[in-house]
Amino acid sequence: MFVTVRMPDGATHRLEALEGWRIMEVIRDWGIPIKAECGGACACATCHVWVGEEWVGKLVPPSAEELEMLDGAFQVDERSRLCCQIIMTPELDGLEVELAPESLADAPPERMVVGG
Amino acid sequence: MQANEASTDVVVIGAGPVGLFAVFQLGLARLKAHVIDILDKPGGQCAELYPEKPIYDIPGIPGCTGQELTDRLLEQIKPIEPVFHLGEMVTALTRTSDGKWRVDTDAGRVLIAPVIVIAAGGGSFVPKRPPIPGIEAYEGTGVFYAVRKIEAFRGKRVVIAGGGDSALDWTVNLAPIAQKLTLVHRRPEFRAAPDTVNKMRALEAKGLVKFELGQPSDLKGSDGKLDAVVVKRPDGTTFDIATDALVPFFGLTMKLGPIADFGINLHENLIPVDTAKFETSMPGIFAIGDINSYPGKLKLILSGFHEAALMAQAAHRYVHPDKVLRFQYTTSSSELQRLLKVA
Repeated sequence: MFVTVRMPDGATHRLEALEGWRIMEVIRDWGIPIKAECGGACACATCHVWVGEEWVGKLVPPSAEELEMLDGAFQVDERSRLCCQIIMTPELDGLEVELAPESLADAPPERMVVGG
Repeated sequence: MQANEASTDVVVIGAGPVGLFAVFQLGLARLKAHVIDILDKPGGQCAELYPEKPIYDIPGIPGCTGQELTDRLLEQIKPIEPVFHLGEMVTALTRTSDGKWRVDTDAGRVLIAPVIVIAAGGGSFVPKRPPIPGIEAYEGTGVFYAVRKIEAFRGKRVVIAGGGDSALDWTVNLAPIAQKLTLVHRRPEFRAAPDTVNKMRALEAKGLVKFELGQPSDLKGSDGKLDAVVVKRPDGTTFDIATDALVPFFGLTMKLGPIADFGINLHENLIPVDTAKFETSMPGIFAIGDINSYPGKLKLILSGFHEAALMAQAAHRYVHPDKVLRFQYTTSSSELQRLLKVA
């Protein structure tokens, strides 16, 4: 089984996925720089992806907790999911997801003025 | 020496579970520690990301939450009497002329110690920055990620974005003094204390708060002066809200931050260490917990605890090169039991 991951820069990766693995784990363990900073506990929003239009209805709908955590993501729409909450099944073979920019790890160090 | 300057045995950077347990192990080696963390509370990820989430793989504790683990560690290290500097970020780490290390924080604090322990996990927690092109140009003038001085917002038009406790708390607190306050959130539900949500709804009913469904998608203005926030509705259409300030509250995320500038060897944003002392490429600077890397590394809290114990042995040699550290067990050593105030 495979999933296709589109990166913020447009590059795509076709990754072999095992049944029962979280999509976040598939992406992370293939060495793709996904932030996923809480490690899959549905406690951050740094594994935000947009799933392909035709896949939205095929996924187990997001839990209330996932919807709450998505409040901490950006550019959220009906295709938005936290991919630590998507478990690979044979029905999801061919799944397409696009990684949201804020979920990319290894962002260069930056300075920000917190102010106020 | 000035009031904000201090000397100690060890400076621990990061007050997560591993930083806290390092204080304990250093304490058993009779080393005094100061602990610095950018968060205003100890616990690191355990306290900030998942205080309510269960942890099942701490040896001897079948199950506890992130906050419970933090509380237990704080109880365990209480007799060691560490000095905490919370809400401060380390901005520089430099060598002193007499071979010690100097730590500077963004609060103007200076700490001098022969040993530094970096237990910084994924780095510093910083506010999430909305991916709006050019937003940096407004930060500090029209875009604020925290409210430090309420008075700065008096009489201003303010847009708060987000749906959590920070967004709701500041909506309620700033509405009475702002000229106009608009709360923007992507859905009508909020992840905040119900009491605060009720207060916001009451202010909305009185016309003191305007609630708009959507997400900030662009900014309008010039030379750092913000004129309007463009908001994208759930249906994809957009509209402008004229404003003086945007205060986005989308939570915190981890950035490696100034650690990258310390001159320590890094590999893929992690600090390579040896597995006997967990020392970095710079003598006297150790790295333990999620921030280090070595062959076979597992990012587990228990790995960090193990690393802390071995690090403390090596740290003792730097602080007291003339003394031998007698290895003792807390079960049988009356000296250690006195230290822990149990005997």
